[in-house]
Amino acid sequence: MDLLRFTTAGSVDDGKSTLIGRLLYDSKSIFEDQLENIETLTEQRGEEHLNLSLLTDGLRAEREQGITIDVAYRYFATPRRKFIIADTPGHIQYTRNMVTGASTANLAIILIDARHGIVEQTLRHSFIASLLRIPHVVVCVNKMDLVDFSQETFDGIVSKYTGFASRLEIPDIKFIPISALHGDNVVEKSARMPWYQGSPLLYTLENTFIASDANLIDARFPVQLVIRPNDDANHDFRGYAGRIAGGVFKPGDPIVALPSGFTSRIKTLNGPDGPVAEAFAPMSAVITLENDIDISRGDVLVKPNNPPASTQDIEAMICWFSDKKLQPSGRYILRHTAAEMKALVKQVRYKIDINTLHKIETGLDNIAMNDIARIRLRTTAPLHADPYHRNRQTGSFILIDEATNATLAAGMIL
Amino acid sequence: MNYSLSHLDHLEHEAIHIMREVAAQFERPALLFSGGKDSIVMVRLAQKAFAPARIPFPLVHIDTGHNFEETIVFRDWLVAETRSRLVVGRVEDSIRAGRVTETTGPNATRNSLQTVTLLDTIAENRYDACLGGARRDEEKARAKERIFSHRDEFGQWDPKHQRPELWNLYNGRHQPGEHFRVFPLSNWTELDVWHYIARESLAIPSIYFSHDRDVVDRSGILLARTPHITLLPGEAYERRRVRFRTVGDATCTGAIESTATTLEDIIDEVSVARITERGARADDRRSETAMEDRKKAGYF
Repeated sequence: MDLLRFTTAGSVDDGKSTLIGRLLYDSKSIFEDQLENIETLTEQRGEEHLNLSLLTDGLRAEREQGITIDVAYRYFATPRRKFIIADTPGHIQYTRNMVTGASTANLAIILIDARHGIVEQTLRHSFIASLLRIPHVVVCVNKMDLVDFSQETFDGIVSKYTGFASRLEIPDIKFIPISALHGDNVVEKSARMPWYQGSPLLYTLENTFIASDANLIDARFPVQLVIRPNDDANHDFRGYAGRIAGGVFKPGDPIVALPSGFTSRIKTLNGPDGPVAEAFAPMSAVITLENDIDISRGDVLVKPNNPPASTQDIEAMICWFSDKKLQPSGRYILRHTAAEMKALVKQVRYKIDINTLHKIETGLDNIAMNDIARIRLRTTAPLHADPYHRNRQTGSFILIDEATNATLAAGMIL
Repeated sequence: MNYSLSHLDHLEHEAIHIMREVAAQFERPALLFSGGKDSIVMVRLAQKAFAPARIPFPLVHIDTGHNFEETIVFRDWLVAETRSRLVVGRVEDSIRAGRVTETTGPNATRNSLQTVTLLDTIAENRYDACLGGARRDEEKARAKERIFSHRDEFGQWDPKHQRPELWNLYNGRHQPGEHFRVFPLSNWTELDVWHYIARESLAIPSIYFSHDRDVVDRSGILLARTPHITLLPGEAYERRRVRFRTVGDATCTGAIESTATTLEDIIDEVSVARITERGARADDRRSETAMEDRKKAGYF
């Protein structure tokens, strides 16, 4: 059994809660006391349909205002896979939450109401899935029961979406006609859409091939900390602990440490249970080297024939998270893997209207919460990074406020 | 070579990464240890994260004084076994020092008093990060909490202004006096914990397994007979075959009727369970936002 993380996004009325509810309920992941509890609450609030957001919208402010203010994580499992859903609300702060949920997702479910076809929100979801490089997208055309299970309607939406998606970078898109309310093509194949030859949603979620989502080509080992036991048994042990961000490592492999450029070979490689013959992304490991070289947190071990780019000038797409606006030529703390340095905003090149995907080149001194922009940064030390499309771990960073320590923005290196 | 990981391996690698981030980003971290199954898993993960070195932080137990004896015996055994350092914060001491007032009445519990003792223990020892075994599937307020969760100088959690958490970049920067709670098991479910305990053959306190015990049924919650519980008129103890799904303060942790005597039995039972594990905790039943209110004030 492996693990798949997916995002769902959308407003209440496109059937998202119904769909998630069905997945949770059919996989027996909603408990009786939870169900009873939300039934009572739904009744108290005078609502007609079971409101599943009450399962996770536990914060007082959310209950009082009837809104979801954050990403809600839900869990379910089938005999084949464990699933983590990052469920994001469709209203204000939408971008910020969707970007957060998407950063760790293997797959995005995009819901389209069959009656309305592709709307602004569909574009937004798809763009963010593409920007954050979610490798798999499943477009669920929902409420097929309300369009008489019409193949024509479905095909029309598929063709329009495919045309639009050609402007994005999504490697794998699947389309499924469903009715979340009645369960058509959710868990069981629908008898009412014999023209649909594909698999139902749950089967698709269970069988999407995700093992190659991690970059297994470019070896990257950001060092988190140095392990040095101060006891007699391991007197000379000096291990570099970290989580492999890309590629495969084996004992005997030649490595180069960046930024120092010193070279060595891997002497031992330990996984959580001791020595292993190889380790790959995203495993946590401890590496010891043949000779003592100076390595500390923030350094990265790579293979000599395949180093990442080293540069102090960073071109990146950012998503702004804070109600404090981006300062033109502002100075921020940049956190990249385990490395931290200062960064100066050199230029804001453009902003993106995420509803139309148009570039906006005015008002660039006014980057505010939920904005997505392309910027250029200058860092105080070289960053050993890959383009985000090549590696989501070594191609990403966050910007932190020097004064308040708040996380202000997420960045994807171009 | 098959380059895929099982879900338990994936969760393990993630939790180890988080623990190492804590050791790297903070000066005085501690591991909050209740003696329950989640904190036992945490100790095992910490051992793996820093091997061959010892766990580089103390285990901190906030002791209400109303414990199940079995948990304390187990705690002391595990501390010796892992050669760890144990720090105990006692609610009894907070009461004696006048920092908190004991609640009275038949539903009296020291559960909420723990918050003061916890925050005092953190302040006294100047801990800047406390690792906890809480999971997002446990409770609604926990479902929204970050893995690295900021606490202000009063130990308070501000759910509306949490730092966004992306990829596996954890921002633990803080001002003096503030601290973090860190939850490496955020993405684990109750079943994952049990599968992991079985896979790792971890020892757990005996009260998790089925046994005969005197309990009183108080509005659907089976409370164990202890000197700290006062029976209400009409109530009586009866002997039932039970086990505990969580290990908390003895005055508010309910037992469930069960015949599960092995880990495999427990996994079978949890797999088909239709009630959440915190459903048997009287402390969460007080109101819809009971956990959030306690967490905001600095609770675990």
